Amino acid sequence: MATVAATATRRRPRRRRGPGLRARLSSVAWATLAWFAGIVFFFPVLWMVITSFKPEAAAYTSNPKFDFSPTLSEYKQVFSAGMGPFLANSAIATVLSVLLVLALATPAAYALSLRPVGKWRDALFFFISTKMLPVVAAIVPIYLAVREVDMLDSIPTLIILYTAMNLPIAVWMMRSFFLEVPGEILEAARMDGADLRHELTEVVLPVVAPGLAATALICAIFAWNEFFFAVNLTSIRAATMPVFLVGFVSSEGLFWAKLAAAATIASVPVLIAGWVAQRQLVRGLSMGAIK
Amino acid sequence: MAEVTYEDVTCCYPGSDTPSVAGLSLDVPDGEFMVLVGPSGSGKTTALRLLAGLEELTDGRIEIDGRDVSGVDARDRDIAMVFQNYALYPNKTVAENIGFALKMQGVDRAEREQRVREAASMLGLEELLNRKPRQLSGGQRQRVAMGRAIVRRPKAFLMDEPLSNLDAKLRVQTRVQIAELQRRLGTTTVYVTHDQGEAMTLGSRVAVLKDGTLQQCAPPRELYDDPVNAFVAGFIGLPQMNLIRLGLEDGHVRLGEERLEVPREIASDAADRGAKEIIVGIRPEHVTVADSAGGEGIAGEVLLVESLGADSYVHASLAGSDTSFVARTEGYDSREPGTNVRLRIDPSRIYGFDADTEERLGAGERSRSGSGAPSEHR
Repeated sequence: MATVAATATRRRPRRRRGPGLRARLSSVAWATLAWFAGIVFFFPVLWMVITSFKPEAAAYTSNPKFDFSPTLSEYKQVFSAGMGPFLANSAIATVLSVLLVLALATPAAYALSLRPVGKWRDALFFFISTKMLPVVAAIVPIYLAVREVDMLDSIPTLIILYTAMNLPIAVWMMRSFFLEVPGEILEAARMDGADLRHELTEVVLPVVAPGLAATALICAIFAWNEFFFAVNLTSIRAATMPVFLVGFVSSEGLFWAKLAAAATIASVPVLIAGWVAQRQLVRGLSMGAIK
Repeated sequence: MAEVTYEDVTCCYPGSDTPSVAGLSLDVPDGEFMVLVGPSGSGKTTALRLLAGLEELTDGRIEIDGRDVSGVDARDRDIAMVFQNYALYPNKTVAENIGFALKMQGVDRAEREQRVREAASMLGLEELLNRKPRQLSGGQRQRVAMGRAIVRRPKAFLMDEPLSNLDAKLRVQTRVQIAELQRRLGTTTVYVTHDQGEAMTLGSRVAVLKDGTLQQCAPPRELYDDPVNAFVAGFIGLPQMNLIRLGLEDGHVRLGEERLEVPREIASDAADRGAKEIIVGIRPEHVTVADSAGGEGIAGEVLLVESLGADSYVHASLAGSDTSFVARTEGYDSREPGTNVRLRIDPSRIYGFDADTEERLGAGERSRSGSGAPSEHR
């Protein structure tokens, strides 16, 4: 009796039905494609870093070499080539232009989203239309204007130009983040007695902080990598890292290993910033994607 | 604590021909719990937002504590609002959310913390003060929103469907808490809901709105017993009053195969208006359901029985017509669909409404009001 009762009560755990074979194969296929795409896009960067640890003679061979004796000699030569001032110029121009962009874009985006001004659509289109002009078409008048005010080869020139270059993108991005702020919390803040300043600082900016970080990072990347203005408007005092890199492409030849080492060093600050802000970047760029 | 007055208030959104609120006049005495109720689009939320200062008046005026606030910004009206989705500040803790208004008023830190603790204690939030809104349940968030309102000691509370995002059980519990809190604080409260059951249990008076206009404002019992028109009669009460358009002949209407005499005052009022057709209203609890073998009553057939435990709602079609009726019976009703029944109606409980204007017939001669202030209606 006891055995029958025990048998009756002991049940086989039900096998959970997972995703079918087709779904699993599809998942594997997508994962493989994603890895392949990632490797394809990352490979040039990986090759650049590997090349930076090769001696110059081994850096450019008709059959790419994967076995070599790594060396830091090219890095030493890059550091001793006077990279410091170029790095400092890039850092100053990038940081100050990003701060200026955020200071200007935030109220502009606010006026185009949460408290829309009249003809806000026209204002928005005007902002983005400035990106439609290729910079090549504008370099001559810009050069002449900068020369006229005696600001060639100066960091403030780059700061102003980088700010102007990034402002439309920053306004568009910040506007989309502001639009994600629930209208009710703004109304609640108003009813709690918050004025415009407190509404922004206490309520809106904390909510859009990830978007602010994403905008800052993107503007920093654009400013750090900017080459055309820097090479045309600077020479000795205000030249930036991209201009320094081009120095390794000379009439004496193309110094691949040194170029790779310099490019790796130039990439590090942006990589660090991206790593530090990656969570905010993902949150900021995906804000509004899912309701 | 203050009196709130709407004086002929109209609000028409730009680009719209139809006003959202049209000529609303309403007095809310000091300390009263006024409920604005109506279906979606009735203008109740707009009326509340006009009082809050979050919408602009097109015409009329609003007074709070005798002061015209029609052009005054929301932040300067000294009223607190509980929003439908709570509108808590996501990056602030519970304590910071509750104390935010006091911070904006410049209240010093020590007093601010004291008042936040008091409000939290009233609402059972003491253990949650360091949490962020995303770490709270729906009911807890709702209480934080309430705390944010009461800590300010405002002239009036405004509540925009604060229970609509809660489950049914929590809604009932929180409803009781809100009523007790308002009674304890004695603050004038204007509460918006689409749920007529909530309106009837919470409000000391209930204002029924439809299409932006006030239909009737009266204590709940008066709304239920003495509706001024067919809309109020049909909106208030669950299940809804049976409303049927019928021809009137010699003071009688034909319901199914039976001829039913309407109350004298209804027939008289209809005759004065020259009405050949009226809308007859009968509350489900005034219809008794008997087995077909019973003999008397209107022949019908059961369509559906909804058993709710203490009561059952019997839906029946009337023989010889397209009309269906709802009757409320006590306890569990085991009748199956298709069962033949007899529906008996107490003629003295029949309501009549003008078929064109939907106004109540015979109301002047048979008023059941006895609860204080007379009904306000248009």
